[in-house]
Amino acid sequence: MDKNQSAGLLFEIGQPGRRCHAIPEASRVDAAAMIPGRFLSESPPPLPELSELDIVRHFTNLSTLNMAIDCNFYPLGSCTMKYNPKRHERLVGSHRFAEQHPLQPDSTCQGTLGVLHEMERMLAEIAGLDACSLQPSAGAQGELTSLLVAAAWFRHRGEARSKVLIPDSAHGTNPASAALAGFQAVGVKSTADGLVDMEDFAAKLDDDVAVFMITNPNTLGLFEPNIRRIADMVHARGGLVYLDGANMNAILGIARPGDFGADMMHFNVHKTFTGPHGAGGPGSGPIAVRAMLEPFLPRPRIIVGADGAFRLDENRPLSIGRVRSFHGNIGVILRGYFYIRTLGAEGLADVSRHAVLNARYLRSLLAGLIEIPGPDNGLHEFVASARNLRREKRVSAMDIAKRLLDYGFHSPTVYFPLVVPEALMMEPTETESPETLEAFAKALGNILAEDPEILRQAPHSLPISRPDEVKATKEPVLRWKAD
Amino acid sequence: MSYLPHTPEQVASMLRTIGAPSLEALFAGIPAKDRLHRPLELPGPMGEIALSGLADAVAARNRSARELACFLGAGAYDHFIPAVVDSLAGRAEFVTAYTPYQAEASQGSLQAFFEFQTLICQLTGMDVTNASLYEGSSAVAEAIMMALSGSDRDGPVLMSPYLHPHHGEVARTCLANLGTKIETVPPDSDRIHLACLRSSVSEATPCVVVQHPNILGNLEEVHEISRICKEKGALFIVCYNPVSLGVLGRPGDYGADIAVAEGQGLGSPLAYGGPYLGLLSCRSALTRKIPGRLVGQTVDRRGKRCWVLALQTREQHIRREKATSNICTNQGLYALRAAIHLAALGPAGLRETALACMSKARETVEQLRVAGAGEPLVDHPWFHEFVLRLPPSSPTADRVVELMVEKGFLAGFPLSRWFAGRERDLLVAVTEKRTSVEIASFAESLGRLARGG
Ligand SMILES: Cc1ncc(COP(=O)(O)O)c(C=O)c1O
Repeated sequence: MDKNQSAGLLFEIGQPGRRCHAIPEASRVDAAAMIPGRFLSESPPPLPELSELDIVRHFTNLSTLNMAIDCNFYPLGSCTMKYNPKRHERLVGSHRFAEQHPLQPDSTCQGTLGVLHEMERMLAEIAGLDACSLQPSAGAQGELTSLLVAAAWFRHRGEARSKVLIPDSAHGTNPASAALAGFQAVGVKSTADGLVDMEDFAAKLDDDVAVFMITNPNTLGLFEPNIRRIADMVHARGGLVYLDGANMNAILGIARPGDFGADMMHFNVHKTFTGPHGAGGPGSGPIAVRAMLEPFLPRPRIIVGADGAFRLDENRPLSIGRVRSFHGNIGVILRGYFYIRTLGAEGLADVSRHAVLNARYLRSLLAGLIEIPGPDNGLHEFVASARNLRREKRVSAMDIAKRLLDYGFHSPTVYFPLVVPEALMMEPTETESPETLEAFAKALGNILAEDPEILRQAPHSLPISRPDEVKATKEPVLRWKAD
Repeated sequence: MSYLPHTPEQVASMLRTIGAPSLEALFAGIPAKDRLHRPLELPGPMGEIALSGLADAVAARNRSARELACFLGAGAYDHFIPAVVDSLAGRAEFVTAYTPYQAEASQGSLQAFFEFQTLICQLTGMDVTNASLYEGSSAVAEAIMMALSGSDRDGPVLMSPYLHPHHGEVARTCLANLGTKIETVPPDSDRIHLACLRSSVSEATPCVVVQHPNILGNLEEVHEISRICKEKGALFIVCYNPVSLGVLGRPGDYGADIAVAEGQGLGSPLAYGGPYLGLLSCRSALTRKIPGRLVGQTVDRRGKRCWVLALQTREQHIRREKATSNICTNQGLYALRAAIHLAALGPAGLRETALACMSKARETVEQLRVAGAGEPLVDHPWFHEFVLRLPPSSPTADRVVELMVEKGFLAGFPLSRWFAGRERDLLVAVTEKRTSVEIASFAESLGRLARGG
């Protein structure tokens, strides 16, 4: 089927004077009678002029160029691409959620405030920590918020600490957040398995370390066996332990960060608790902290009055302040709430059990096909390496990733974590059936038996193949312009 | 209910393949002392029918802007969203895709984001727009960081006193540990004090941040502010209202260097504050300082035009602690909504929307005067939001808002919550959705309350 009729940009279709949405009764209002001319533009912005069908056909056809969970297996490591339940979409669509103004009186939002309050308590229980803020918009903002909270806590105690230790297997947001929070990000070496190199860690840990940020399970899917010792050592030096919770899907109800030594953490509701990823967002990155850090959390806080009514409390003298406008990505948080209420404690633990089962099963199916460094007692994801293939056949991780697309599978995460060369990071999630995993393994087997040249030119059946990224960066074209 | 596809037989057979005796044994890599040895204390599971009942019970304790005629704005506005926005942005191929890292499998999202970037450039008259930030306040903070990065200007950032208070607070919070000084320019009857601004801006000023229309609804003298900034080489960061650009001059046309906005008015439902949409555009000279994702046009190996993530060396996954920002997940789906929204409005629809807001707001002012509800403070040019000063006979604005709920209205925002001493000032916003019937009955109810009746 020819998809080219939709290949034009919005700006290349349409006709002057063509309309979609209109408010006819406003068309003759005279702006100049209401606002002095110096503030007005002569004509409205030069947006495209399209009919409703132009728009519908354009975006519908565009959508078909995407891979998505609803269409394809999407084993993108670190991203937890699990099924996003349809019921959530229906429930959050109610006008009593979707059409609530963020500043309307608390008395008219008791339902939402009650749910948010309960969500805070549920997340704190899952974290094994004491208090929670739902304000951060995504994981990275959760990291920044927590580090700002940590900085405020140290300042309050009269301590000035300048460093944040981060293993080099960590996600890029960790060091970027540390820098934004005013800390010096100091890398800690990882072992080949992405575990903390205890020697390097011990050497870098001193009284100037404010926070040790750790992703556990780590980005290779391994639980850090020394986590307690690490936490104890950080605490002995007066520092705090931060847990990057991107991998919580592996340990829901199995292990709790607060129990294994973390003082603060973020959740990625859009990963672990199914807020759909929306082609890049929105997310939601609530944080959970120990009680001593609670006074420093962003304001407002949701509190319950003696009468049982929920109220937003702005009067928090020690709070770091807001990290975003209003209360957070509430729509995403509500989806997470409905998910947790649907599953309950046993259901959440089952999520992690089957997420690990699927990862281990897929790993065993692939073990004979491609090198998978590291021990085989990992959790929800694992990292394969194409370094031998690269040497022997000049086939890279990227070539394999691209060829998988031809087979209808989204590719794994490639070239991350940085500690594994030619990395292919796979996270199947719990919602995939063994049949799907077997089909994926079979496809990868076929691919590795193919003529390497086919891989190097892949994909062959997608709308485009191997875009010129150098050109996109050397001569950036970041918007359409009329010739 | 857990969305798991596995049958017990499959689980058993998978475990056999792995060589694990049980599901629990899969966690042997976690030291026993680090494990939780009890179930989480959470409410029990429920099926879809029970969950729907739960959601209904929660919703029953909420009132919405569909039930209470909304005259409340203060940074989030009750604009109409055409059905095409929900319908198209609700397509699962967009909703359940990840960030478009694999360009071949993501041309739908990538092209849509390229179109979004272009539409926002057309809207604002700016050169470059990124593929979205979280929301308006963090967009302001990011804009300030752009202005500061690589700058040797060590004076304070100058901020309008009528920037949305959340924007100011977020900027202060996020920049707190970077040694940034932020100073608020004094006010002059509900606008920024131009003479004070002129005397404060110097060669050491990195940037000036002004909201226009400001948080009280008044227009600022942006041409003059732009001139003041240009004279001293300070960057002019303007925080605009996207809907207002149906009639007002564009930031690019009056000389803004960075234009940021809360993009909620472009197709994001009110949703109790989020997800919304952070908009950030700038002049091309600042391109390499932009935070977050950018989509660029290129060609594929067959020479076909296509789109990819561009200039990624600015971003955290490559640059780590030296990145322009820490943002990773953004507001992709809401950028898509804004693109569809702007496409549906087109130039004429955007203009009509802005005109409808303005004329209905003026109708509201007239009706409030007639009803004796107090004095609308509309001496300066304004767009669609204004301060109503309640008469001495009136309860405080805070109380009025509570009482008006019973009459069926979200009456506005009590300004004392942000500006000390303004207990009788109510900030009122009017969008194209309000009808003459709603406006008349709003004024009548408010008038009765304000007159002490
Ligand atoms: C390990 C890890 N940490 C942090 C993040 C950042 O989270 P977000 O994208 O929600 O900001 C991610 C997301 O990609 C991640 O995989």
